[in-house]
Amino acid sequence: MEKQLKVSAIKDGTVVDHIPPDQLFRVIDILGLINSMSQITFGTNLDSKRLGKKGIIKISNKFFEIDDINRIALIAPHAKINIIHDFEVVEKHVLSTPNRIKGIVKCMNPMCITNHQEVETLFTTIVESPQIKLLCHYCEKVTDKENLKIISNRH
Amino acid sequence: MLKHLISIHDYSREDILKTLEMAAAFEKRPNQPIFSKKVVASVFFEPSTRTRLSFETAANRLGARVIGFSETTNTSLTKGESLKDTIKMVSNYADLIVMRHPLDGSTRYASEVSSVPVINAGDGSNQHPTQTLLDLYSIIKTQGDLNNLKINVVGDLKYGRTVHSLLQAMSHFKPTFKFISPEELRLPQEYREYLSERGIRFSESKLLTDNINNADIIYMTRVQKERFSDPIEYERIKDVYTLNSSMLKECKPNMKILHPLPRVNEIAQDVDSSPHAYYFAQAQNGVFTRMAIIASLLGRENL
Repeated sequence: MEKQLKVSAIKDGTVVDHIPPDQLFRVIDILGLINSMSQITFGTNLDSKRLGKKGIIKISNKFFEIDDINRIALIAPHAKINIIHDFEVVEKHVLSTPNRIKGIVKCMNPMCITNHQEVETLFTTIVESPQIKLLCHYCEKVTDKENLKIISNRH
Repeated sequence: MLKHLISIHDYSREDILKTLEMAAAFEKRPNQPIFSKKVVASVFFEPSTRTRLSFETAANRLGARVIGFSETTNTSLTKGESLKDTIKMVSNYADLIVMRHPLDGSTRYASEVSSVPVINAGDGSNQHPTQTLLDLYSIIKTQGDLNNLKINVVGDLKYGRTVHSLLQAMSHFKPTFKFISPEELRLPQEYREYLSERGIRFSESKLLTDNINNADIIYMTRVQKERFSDPIEYERIKDVYTLNSSMLKECKPNMKILHPLPRVNEIAQDVDSSPHAYYFAQAQNGVFTRMAIIASLLGRENL
């Protein structure tokens, strides 16, 4: 119950729960919330039975496309998505890594064209989260979890 | 119909066989000016005499006219023009673009901004698919068939892009591979997995002559000095991996030695006169293969 008080409930919208605290701001970035006009509340380093500490984001009156929300699977594979209507959870989503990932991730190959010209990155997922192996559409090299860098997303 | 040739993955087994068939037809009649109204752009963002001349010969034998550049010092790229803008401009002038570029993935990107077909003539360390197709043409021409061959691949198996593309393309045809390299240049894990997943038989060795009398094809590659952190190690290895004629005494009569060239010292000169030596003919096959690739991308289904 105490948790409820720390980040207050929303009437309608989306709750992203169980975010690893060190990924909270990257999740905000990937979801493009920086330019959002919605009311957003978030908390981090909150107590969690499962993660020890966790982050949570509540976005009022905002409902994401599945493909858009799945993009955070790359950095927060165990996050839980709850859709809220009239203070009730009406839908829950478990994240899955999208087959194709456009933008977001930087190719780890320094000689890849995407690291030299204004080309949006594009990957095919060959191993899903949490291990993660992404095949670059351009240079055909694999970017793995240890080398995963997120490109800031300020559209 | 295929629109571009960027990666050997773009070609199915059938596409490969069709291209090789067309290459054989061009070899029979190499001068066929079927594209006298076409312009081929040959844009080389890094120098490559061999590949460029091969492509330009192919285009000329097809009757096409060739425009382009062979290095970037005198182009607008030195003024900071983006690759996108250069390709957009060239694709307005020409009917097909042959492109080499030092960055991996650059040709895939070019194919996405170009309004005309793009052929990858080498993108950094990534792909060089026309080399692979000419290798396959050389194999089918000398062996009569691509199926069930025993292929020894020797040298730099770690960085050699021709090796990686060759094994991917040959995996359609049930080969048995022997990979021969020093430990430092061993075939990377991802390619070993690739072969295992497809049920392709292979083994590895450090000994150049291993299985040599059993092989149908020996595919030699250059061991480059700059790949070694220890120059003494390179000096030791470069002689261990030199193929000479005394090693070929008991080879199968049909066995041919291929090499993407340029050769340095991995094949001794005394091999050149051997009936097994095929690397110079292989280079000539490149012209016919590239004629076939250009023709099919310009819309020719057959000859």
